[in-house]
Amino acid sequence: MIAATAPVQRPPRAKVMVVDPTGQIRDVPRATLLDQIQPGDLVVANDAATIPASLSGVHLPSHRPIEVRLAGVPSLDPDNREFSAVVFGEGDFHTRTEDRPQPPSLAAGEQLQMGPLSARILHLLDHPRLVMLEFDHSRDELWAGLAHHGRPIQYSHVPVPLALWDVWTPIAGPPVAFEPPSAGFALSWQLVTEMRVAGAQFQTITHAAGLSSTGDPLLDKRLPLDEPYRIPRATADAINQAKSNGKRIIAVGTTVVRALEHAVHEGKIAAGENLATGRIGVKTRLQVVDALLSGTHEPGTSHYELLRAFLTDAELERLTTELNLREYRTHEFGDSVLVSRTFNKLAEDKPRSQIPW
Amino acid sequence: MKTETLETSTGSDVPSHDGFFGQLRVAITGGTSGLGLALVREFSARGARVAFLARHAEPVAKVERENKNTHGIVADVSDKDAIYPAALQIVGELGGLEILINNASDLGAVPLALLADTNCEDLGKAMATNVLGPFRLTNALLGALSGSVREGRAALVVNISSDAAVTPYPKWGTYGVSKAALRHLTEIWNQELSVEGVRFLSFDPGDMDTPMHALAVPDADRTTLKTAEAAARDLITAIETALTRPA
Repeated sequence: MIAATAPVQRPPRAKVMVVDPTGQIRDVPRATLLDQIQPGDLVVANDAATIPASLSGVHLPSHRPIEVRLAGVPSLDPDNREFSAVVFGEGDFHTRTEDRPQPPSLAAGEQLQMGPLSARILHLLDHPRLVMLEFDHSRDELWAGLAHHGRPIQYSHVPVPLALWDVWTPIAGPPVAFEPPSAGFALSWQLVTEMRVAGAQFQTITHAAGLSSTGDPLLDKRLPLDEPYRIPRATADAINQAKSNGKRIIAVGTTVVRALEHAVHEGKIAAGENLATGRIGVKTRLQVVDALLSGTHEPGTSHYELLRAFLTDAELERLTTELNLREYRTHEFGDSVLVSRTFNKLAEDKPRSQIPW
Repeated sequence: MKTETLETSTGSDVPSHDGFFGQLRVAITGGTSGLGLALVREFSARGARVAFLARHAEPVAKVERENKNTHGIVADVSDKDAIYPAALQIVGELGGLEILINNASDLGAVPLALLADTNCEDLGKAMATNVLGPFRLTNALLGALSGSVREGRAALVVNISSDAAVTPYPKWGTYGVSKAALRHLTEIWNQELSVEGVRFLSFDPGDMDTPMHALAVPDADRTTLKTAEAAARDLITAIETALTRPA
């Protein structure tokens, strides 16, 4: 696949590779995505807005420059001042994260100064660069500091600096994500309104999407970190109703899959806030999500592993081959896949085609 | 569906409804003078949570100190780069949003001039404040506003209008053109997003005794002008009516 290097959320020539429930694969323009939506479908997206989570600053004990990338929060409590964060050494996004210098040695109790914001390292999170920080500011000061000093986490494959408008999806609301829930870039207000007119429903959850990669193999193995999410009552009710009526649940983005499959108990989705732990992968028995609209993902990433909950290994291999053959673009601003679950592990792994749709 | 242009009614005191207003999160641009300041005070007094924007730090801090449950944000709505950071602060500080009031306005160069004598830079500046600013801020906040609707609450965008948006008064060209554009923006938005339940209103507060009016008409008889406080109460009545009426 080819890296998408321009920060354009909905380029006119974007494509989507559709895998239907029988495993058939089709390449269609993403502009025709509405054709893939059926009356009665429930489309669920992540409405998290992206925090400008990259903070340049100084490690005060050593006076050395650092970049702090906020990576997660323990909860969606609006008064929260504690963040997990990955600390990089000097430099910026023009250097691949894999090649960035190490930060100075970090220890609990040390102070970091990031523009107008100061924070203390509460403790290390079992890795010399992954820390839990507590900011020394009121809620308003923290937001003002992030707004004026923070920048969206940048990518070395996108040469121009990303602004907040580049990384907020059209439906972005609560600012709790650290990298954009980029599957939502495919959503336009026209698509959302046309889906409703076509008889589908559109609902949202709020999921604090964390970092997609850090450039550190040990850290990347731990991704995604635990992520808090909130499912509104209206969304939970709509999902439970749709499931009981045999309708499809289409997740926009892997964060939605992670949240919904975490939130389901005895076949029902509970409303409220919770903390998504664990990974979705080959061993996951999907109980809620029938199809996933996502970016294109390369083998070896946690997002690729998540697709193994939807497709057999052979189908996933075929999908990857097709994406490569048709020169799909990958990463945040790339093309999309719409993957239906082709088999049902809850029904003893029978081929999907043998199960009533 | 046509946009309702809410006409100014004669001012009357609206009783406080803490239950109703206590649920509301309101963002107001131009919140340190004139109608914007009166709205900040009135919403705050009624128990709403308010984020307000204005350009200068000192008055922002003063208004924030003097009004409970308010969050002052220093931002210039005519500055493209300021909009998303301001939206981040609004939603971060309030936790969500039900009402956005695009109140900040630029009159254009004073003394008011014929269009033929108007610099394009002055017209551009007024358009940036009166049209592009509301356009950008509203789009940045649409996710939060529509999220309120999906959770069973209201979502309303009020754009402050003027009779100059409808009537082409000589010498009011810069202001009138920009307000006419804002009014049209409001109507189109309302039609396009009615299916999402986000409503848009134009509100003409009438001739008010405000610093901006004094700039436009320095020799006006102030006794004939409406107070900003009365206009704010009228707007809040209109908002209350709109929000308690089915979409």
